[in-house]
Amino acid sequence: MNKILIVDDEPNILLSLEYLFKKEGFKVFIARDGEEALDLISEIEPELVLLDIMMPKVDGYEVCKHIKEQHTKIKVVFLTAKSKQQDIQKGLDLGADLYLTKPFGNKELVSKVKNLLN
Amino acid sequence: MFSNALIISFTFGYLALLFAIAWFSERSASNGRRLSNHPAIYALTLAVYCTAWTYYGSVGRAATNGLEFLTIYIGPSLIAPLWWIVMRKIIRISKVQRISSIADFISSRYGKNITLGGVVTIVCLLGILPYTSIQIKGIASSFQILQGSGVTETLANLPFYQDTAFYLALGLAFFTVLFGTRNIEATAQHEGMVMAVAFESIFKLIAFLIVGVFVTYFVFDGFTDIFSKAAAEGLNHLFVMQGENSASEWFWMSVLSMMAILFLPRQFQMGVIENTNERHVDTAMWLFPLYLLLINVFVLPIAFGGLVHFPIGNYEADTFVLAFPIAFDQKWLAILVYLGGFSAATGMIIVSTIALSTMVSNNLVMPLLLINDRFQKKYQHRLGLVLIWSRRVAIFLIILAAYLYYKQIAGQFSLVSIGLISFVGIAQFAPAIIGGIYWKKGARTGALVGILAGFSLWFFTLVVPTMVTADYISEKLLNEGLFGFGFLKPQALLGFADLSYISHGLFFSLTINTILYVVISLFSQQTSKEHNQAVIFVDIFRYSESLDTAIVWKGQAYVPDIRALLINFLGVSKTQDALQDFVKHTGKELDDNIFADSELVNYSELLLSGIIGSASARIIVASVVKEEEISMEEVLGILKETRELKSLNDQLEINSKELQIASEKLKSLNESLQINDMLKDEFISTVTHEMRTPITSIRAFSEILLDQDLPEADRAKFLEIIIQETKRMSRLIDQVLDLERFDSGRQELNLENSNVDSLILEVIDSMNHIFQEKGLHFEYNLINSTVLIPMDQDRIKQVLINLLSNASKFAKSNINLKAKKTENHLLISVWDDGKGIPEEEVPYIFDKFFQAKNQTSKKPLGSGLGLAISKKIVEYHHGTIEVRRILDRTCFEFTLPLVQSKMKIIN
Repeated sequence: MNKILIVDDEPNILLSLEYLFKKEGFKVFIARDGEEALDLISEIEPELVLLDIMMPKVDGYEVCKHIKEQHTKIKVVFLTAKSKQQDIQKGLDLGADLYLTKPFGNKELVSKVKNLLN
Repeated sequence: MFSNALIISFTFGYLALLFAIAWFSERSASNGRRLSNHPAIYALTLAVYCTAWTYYGSVGRAATNGLEFLTIYIGPSLIAPLWWIVMRKIIRISKVQRISSIADFISSRYGKNITLGGVVTIVCLLGILPYTSIQIKGIASSFQILQGSGVTETLANLPFYQDTAFYLALGLAFFTVLFGTRNIEATAQHEGMVMAVAFESIFKLIAFLIVGVFVTYFVFDGFTDIFSKAAAEGLNHLFVMQGENSASEWFWMSVLSMMAILFLPRQFQMGVIENTNERHVDTAMWLFPLYLLLINVFVLPIAFGGLVHFPIGNYEADTFVLAFPIAFDQKWLAILVYLGGFSAATGMIIVSTIALSTMVSNNLVMPLLLINDRFQKKYQHRLGLVLIWSRRVAIFLIILAAYLYYKQIAGQFSLVSIGLISFVGIAQFAPAIIGGIYWKKGARTGALVGILAGFSLWFFTLVVPTMVTADYISEKLLNEGLFGFGFLKPQALLGFADLSYISHGLFFSLTINTILYVVISLFSQQTSKEHNQAVIFVDIFRYSESLDTAIVWKGQAYVPDIRALLINFLGVSKTQDALQDFVKHTGKELDDNIFADSELVNYSELLLSGIIGSASARIIVASVVKEEEISMEEVLGILKETRELKSLNDQLEINSKELQIASEKLKSLNESLQINDMLKDEFISTVTHEMRTPITSIRAFSEILLDQDLPEADRAKFLEIIIQETKRMSRLIDQVLDLERFDSGRQELNLENSNVDSLILEVIDSMNHIFQEKGLHFEYNLINSTVLIPMDQDRIKQVLINLLSNASKFAKSNINLKAKKTENHLLISVWDDGKGIPEEEVPYIFDKFFQAKNQTSKKPLGSGLGLAISKKIVEYHHGTIEVRRILDRTCFEFTLPLVQSKMKIIN
C-alpha cells in the first residue's frame, strides 16, 4: 500500500483529497501547514508528497527543498493555485516531479500520481 | 535775546543729531536694512528743493511781490506728472550707464566728452556757489536775529575767526566729507546722508507749520483777520497777479522752476543718483507737490502779518518768520524756527556740495590728471586715493568759497534774487539734456556751444548787474550798455526792458542756447562713439534690458591689464568680486593668456564710470586697450542681435523649463501608473488565487458526488461544503467589486442622520451568537445620546461587523466595544485580548489581501479584503481608522466626524 502525505492549509481541499486517495487504496497522511509536514515526513517516510505552496509558517517550496535534500527517494507533486509560468519553473527547479494546478480533475490527478509511483 | 552759547549749543546739538541719524542709518544699511529704500523717503529727499530761500525768502518775496513767490513751486508741481516720463528715463539711463552727476550725464550723452563734462562742472560751480552762500547768509542772519543784535551788516564785518557762521560752515563740510565720501563709487547711494536730508525735510516743514499756526491763530485771529487787516493797510495789490506783464512773469518763472527741479545738481543727486527704485517716482509725483503745498500754506499770512505788525525797517521781510516768535517773546518757538531754517539751509549745502565735489573730482580733476601721461604712470596705483581726496578737498573748498562769497557779496542781496540767478544758470543744461534724451541728432558741438553761449548770456544779464550793485563794476555798463552800445545793456538786451531782469536773462540765455544747440546739431556730423551713446540714451527703454551685455566697443585688451586697472580703483577684493560677478553672469572664463573680449572691456568701463565718471573711464580704459573704430551699423546690429538673442534665449529658457516640468510630470505619472499597474496585477493574481481555492473544493467534491456508491451521510456533508464554498466565492466577488468601487471613487455613500446607539445594538444582535459559539465574553459602552450623526448605516455596520468578527477570530476570551462622542467626532473602538498583530505588520494591516500574502501567520478565515474595505468606508466618511496595542489588548479604533460637509445628507 502506497504511503502518501497530503499538505494543504485549506480544510475542505484537504478533506476532498484525503477522501479521493483513500478510496484509491492509498495510505493517506495529512498536514495543515509546512511545519507539520516537515515533522511528519521523517516519521512516516511517504513515497509521495502532494504539496500546496501558499501556506502559513513554512511554504511548499521550503518543504520541497527539504525533501529533495534529505529524502531523495520521496516524490514531490505540487498541487497549487499558483499557475504563473515562473512559479511552475521555480517548483520544477527545486526538483519537484510534477507540478499540477488547482482546480484539478480527480481522475486525472489520481492517474498522474499513480503513474509517478509505478 | 539769547546768549551766544545757548544758540551755538542748540545749533551744534542739531548737527550732532544729524550725525547720529546718518550714522545709525548707515549702520542699519550695513546690516541689510536700508531705511532709505522707501518711496516716502525718496519724496522727502526731493524736498531738499526747499532751502532757506523757501523758509525765509518766500515770506520776503511775498511781502514785496505778493503771490508771485508761488511760481517757484507751481513749476515743479505742474511738471511732477511728467516725471514718469522724463525723470524715469533719466534715472534708467543713469543706472544703466552708471552716471554719477549731471555733468557726467551730459558728457556721457555726447560721446563721453571731457570738455563738455568740464564746462558743465564749471557752470555748476559758478551757478551754485552764490546759491550756497545765501544759505550761509540765511543761517548767519537768523543767528544774528536770535541774538537780538538787529543790524545785519555788523556780523558780516566780523573777522572770520570770530564768525560763528564760519565754524558752522566747517562743521557742515566735515559732515559732508564724512557721509558723502565714504564710498569711492560716486554712484553708490549715500544712505546716511539721504536719511539725514529726509529728516531735515520733515523738521523744516514742521517748524514752519508751527510758526505759521502761531502767527495765524495766536498773533492774529485766522486767515480772514490777517487778510482784512492787510487790506486795511493798503496791501490789496499783493493779493492778485499784478502789473502788465504778470502773466508772462508767471510763465517764465514756472518754466524756470520746472528746469530747476530736474537739473539743479542737488535735485539730480537726490532724484537720480540716490534713487533706489524707479517706482518711487510714482509716489514722489504726488507726495512732493503735497509737501510744497504744505510748506507754502502760511507764507502769505506770515508776510502780510509781518507787514501789518512790524513798523517798516525793524525787520527785513526775509526774517519775518523768526521775528514773530521773538517779538512775542516765544523763546522756544524762536529756537525751533531758527533750527528749522538751519535745517533748510544745511540740507541744501550738504547735498549740493556732494554733487559738486563728485563733478569736480570726476569731470575736472581726473580728466586733467589722466591726460597727463607722466602723472598717470606715476600715480596709477593710487588713483583711487587721489580721487577720494580730491572730493574731500573739493567739499572744503566749495563750502569755504561759499562762505567767502557770502562775506564779500551775498550779504547785500535777498535770498530769492540770488537763488533765481542760480536757477537760470542751471537752466542752461535743459536743451542739452532734454534734446539729448529725445533727439538722437543732438550733437556735442551744439551742446557745448549752446551751453557756453547761454552761460555767457546768463553771466552778462544776471551776474554782471549784481557785480555792479556790489560796486565791482561801474554803473555805466548798466545804463549805457557794453562798449557803449545801447542794445547791449545787460538788463535790456535789444531794448527788451519790459520783462523782469530774471525773466529777461532767462529768455535770452535759454533762447540763444536752444537755437545754437539745435542749429549746430543739425549741421554737424556725430562721431560713431557719440552716436552710439545718443542711440542708447534716446532708446534706453528699448535697450536697457540688454545693455549690460551689449557691446558698443570693439578692440583688444589683455585680461591682466584690465584687472590691474580695476584694482587701482576698487582694490583687490572688490575687483575679484566684480570679475566673479562677470563670470557668473556671462558664463565666460577669464583666461589671463587670451585677449579680453569686448564684453569684459565694456563691463570694466561701466564699473569705472561709476567711480570716476564716464569720460575719465573712457580715457583710462583706452590706455590699456587697442581700440578699433566701430560703425553705427555694427553697433545697432550687435544691439539688435543681443536683444533678439536675449529674448530668444529667454524664450528657450522658458520653453525648456516648461518641457522639463512636463517631462517630470510625465515621469511621475508614468511611475504612478507603473505602480498602479503592478498593484493591479498583484491584486488580480491574488484575487484569482483566492477564487481558485473555493473552486478547487467545489470541483473536487462535485466529482466525488458523481460516484454512485457514496454513502448518504457523506453526500449530504459534501453538498454542504459545496454550498459553503459557493457562498465564500460570491462573498469574495462582492467584496472585490466593493473595493473596486471605492478605489475608483464610484462608490457613493447613502448618508443618513443616524442614531449611533441603536445602530451598534443592531450589529451586536447579529454578532452575539458567534461570541456565544466561541465562548467569548463581550462587553460594550454606548454613547447614551440620541444625537444624530450622518453616516451610511449599512456601510458602518459592515465596518463594525468586520472589526468584531476579526476580534472574534483572534480573541482569547474577551471582546469590548466602546463608543464615545467628542467635540467633533464619534469614536468607536473594538478591543480583543488576542496575541495581537506583530509590530512590523501594523503598517500593512489595512492592505488588500495582506493575510494572503503573508505566509508566516496562521491564515484565519476571511477574504483578506475586510479591513481594506473598512478603511475605505471610514475614509469616505472623512474619518480615520487605526490599530493600537495597549496592555496586551489589540484595539481597532475609528472616528467619524459629527458633521458631513461635502456630501448630501438624505433625510
